[in-house]
Amino acid sequence: MKKLKAKNMWLTLDTILKIAILLAFIFPFLWMISTSLQTLKETMNFPPTIIPEIPQWINFVDAMTSGPFLTYAKNSFIITFSIIIIQLLVMIPAAYAFAKYEFAGKNILFGLVLIAFMIPGQITFIPIYLMMADWGMIQTLLPQILPFMANAFGIFLLRQYFMQIPEEIIEAARLDNANEFKIMWKIMVPMSKPALATIGLFSFVSHWNDYFWPLVMTDSNEVRPLTLGISMLRETEGISNWHIIMAGNVVLVVPILIVYLFCSKQIVKAFVYSGIK
Amino acid sequence: MNKRRVWEAIRPYVMIGPAMIGIGLFVIYPLIYLIYLSFYKYNLLNKSMSKFIGLDNYVQIFSRGDFYKSLSNTVIYTGGVVILTMALSLLIAIWLSKRTRINAIVQAGIFTPHIISIVSVSLIWLWIMEPNLGFLNYILKTLHLPTSQWLQSSKTALLSIIIVSVWQGIGYYSLILVAALQGVSPTIYEAAALDNASKFKVFRKITLPLISPQMFFILVIMTIGSFKVFDTVRIMTGGGPNNATNTLVYYIYTFRTTNIGFAAATGVVLMFIIGILTIIYFRLMAKKVHYQ
Repeated sequence: MKKLKAKNMWLTLDTILKIAILLAFIFPFLWMISTSLQTLKETMNFPPTIIPEIPQWINFVDAMTSGPFLTYAKNSFIITFSIIIIQLLVMIPAAYAFAKYEFAGKNILFGLVLIAFMIPGQITFIPIYLMMADWGMIQTLLPQILPFMANAFGIFLLRQYFMQIPEEIIEAARLDNANEFKIMWKIMVPMSKPALATIGLFSFVSHWNDYFWPLVMTDSNEVRPLTLGISMLRETEGISNWHIIMAGNVVLVVPILIVYLFCSKQIVKAFVYSGIK
Repeated sequence: MNKRRVWEAIRPYVMIGPAMIGIGLFVIYPLIYLIYLSFYKYNLLNKSMSKFIGLDNYVQIFSRGDFYKSLSNTVIYTGGVVILTMALSLLIAIWLSKRTRINAIVQAGIFTPHIISIVSVSLIWLWIMEPNLGFLNYILKTLHLPTSQWLQSSKTALLSIIIVSVWQGIGYYSLILVAALQGVSPTIYEAAALDNASKFKVFRKITLPLISPQMFFILVIMTIGSFKVFDTVRIMTGGGPNNATNTLVYYIYTFRTTNIGFAAATGVVLMFIIGILTIIYFRLMAKKVHYQ
């Protein structure tokens, strides 16, 4: 009896500690939402206001009218979805060729793919900026899209996936007079849907959230994405208007949080399997 | 027939063409261009005024105090993040590795910060770490603990940034380790139980070696990733106060328009450091890591 009691106590303690850990990771987001609904006066209170007396929805209007947020949001969408679509179109044939054909220079070319995977944008951003300026592209969205056209890790991952697809299936299709293009789109692609979804999801999250690249590639509001717009709220709103800054922040976080709520399993898988950040 | 054979010979190149163009244009060429730029005093407004100055940029880098400051900040940051994240992720992973409902919920929860933009994470923590009104100091006060200036003092700013990075990374790394722990075959543990091995011994002699490939993977990607730290620095401190959080990439960033050749040379130095780190890791660790 005593032993059982002790065991129960451990279980309760274990659960409490787990909930405490969970809170340490979730609370900052709840705190953000709470602040976004407070008045300026409430944000200045100490001890801090936990639940705002009357939710100030107007903060969201204030945040969104302090800059061209419609343009920022539009840019974020165009950039993210263009990158994903271009990457898929470039990656699939490349991965197929690397997986299933023999050709001269294959190893050297695949070596270049691996090098590309290891060189971060933090090293190449200066020359790429100068190239983009030479090409007259700085005032467009292209510097934020084109450098990501070849997803080296995606090619690597998809090639591994394609290599597992048995040669017999491809041979059978060839005997049926299917051309290579058809084999690629009708056999290889459907069979690698999990890999493609993983790469696409990972690409979506990392480019939607990106800060460094747009920061160094843009110098006007017309081409800035949401992340930059929100981070600039501190400059336009002054550093003490935390309720407005947090309202803007909610706009940036909530869409991703909703996506995460519905497909957390796939997202976690995408990161754990392909996530090299 | 002949036409068809020609097509078959060039087909692979056509298929990898777009990818290779992307890699050539946006990785390989910029790398060469970066090295080229590092030998020049580059004039952004008038390219023809750019001057070849040989190794002068490199000489300058290694004679400047602020370069060493940003290098040591980066090293401290990387060391702090790697050690803390590894230790805490391992602890949490072991704790949460049983497949229960509450563990699944906690795992999903601690992973959340990882998919949120660094912009939001930085802004939220900037607010939580505000010295006078922030929530963190409020908690410390309630617990009668000493409060801190966090990001606003040069003594604590780097540590504060380390805390935020660890907080954001733990969920991801502990999930990798949870997957590794769950992959260890239960029969091995049953055998150890038959031998009456102590829990600690089982961990040290069985679990740790079996998950060492994943630990090694985490060590490498976290070190290289931490060496590139920029976003949190730029949003939370701007390299300050008094250069206390100036890191290598931030250093390069501040010179990107005023002194392109110098910034490029620093980029080359960073590339070498990352390259050497990778090689050392693989040399030293690959022997010790237990691949299944």
